[in-house]
Amino acid sequence: MTPRQRALHPVIWTLLLAAGLMSAFSLTPKQAGADEAAPQASSAGILARGDALRGQTAYESRCGGCHSLDADRIGPRHRGVYGRKAGSIADFDYSEALKASGVVWDAASLDRWLSGPEAFIPGQRMGFSVSDAGVRADIIAYLKQESERR
Amino acid sequence: MSDVVNLSRRLVVGRGFLSAAAVGLLAGAPALAAEGKKKSDPAAADVAILNVALGLEHEAIEAYQIGAESGLVSQGVLPVAVLFQSHHKSHRDALINAIKQMGGSPVAAKKRADYEKALGVAALKSEADVLKLAAKLELGAANAYLGVIPSFMSKDLAKVSARLAADETMHWTALAQALGQPLPQAALTFGA
Repeated sequence: MTPRQRALHPVIWTLLLAAGLMSAFSLTPKQAGADEAAPQASSAGILARGDALRGQTAYESRCGGCHSLDADRIGPRHRGVYGRKAGSIADFDYSEALKASGVVWDAASLDRWLSGPEAFIPGQRMGFSVSDAGVRADIIAYLKQESERR
Repeated sequence: MSDVVNLSRRLVVGRGFLSAAAVGLLAGAPALAAEGKKKSDPAAADVAILNVALGLEHEAIEAYQIGAESGLVSQGVLPVAVLFQSHHKSHRDALINAIKQMGGSPVAAKKRADYEKALGVAALKSEADVLKLAAKLELGAANAYLGVIPSFMSKDLAKVSARLAADETMHWTALAQALGQPLPQAALTFGA
């Protein structure tokens, strides 16, 4: 390595590191853009490919902080949610917005809800969303399956 | 409430967890309060998310208390459980202060019986059962805190949420290791 090459060595590493970081962080705007378009991208085809088994794992890790199938916790119980009118469990303290929404939970409405609850029903209380359309489809498939096991 | 709580207090006061965490979490609170005056609706939306988080912390605190008092947790594991509970108490106190400073009303904890029913406590028969429940709640909490970050109007609160998620992820990792569960093989598994 010549003296000039030695002098450039740290510069090259710095540039490589910077390029790597830029590459890594370039995922962020791309993902954000994908998230915004997610409801439209969640075609019936994606929802139809939802897998209840994968959905169980996704449900427990994503939704399990606040929800259970059979008990009201921070959020309402979920068994039977598929086909249920939004905000209709009598003893759960829903937002007025959700109670008045008139929404009935099916694959399409659950997908819109999980994509962005506030955009779907302004004034509701759930700040959580699931950005990946495939994960949403799996969760919905699981909720549908468990709702039918009442 | 017993030796567990007393030990927790010693941990919190003696080692300064509460003050350090609370001060850190609330560093942006005056700015948030000012923001709340300017934009009442966005602040109200943030308060609503904070109250959901507070409900989650109430549940976690009680879950650790139930586990500690169950007689199923060994003396080797108990101090770790108490430490994690103290973290959740610090989270709770910080969230309550933030909600109040933003003009909101913090949600209260539910009754012990409600948590026992909701968490299926009757089915806990071993230390592993207790740890599995704790791991499940911690993983859910980590993902919940990550999942709400885009919903916060305030960047300061989004950062707080990320810090809370980091604590919960640390708890989950320790619990998963104690249970002999493998670490996630893929990257970016949290908050997807």
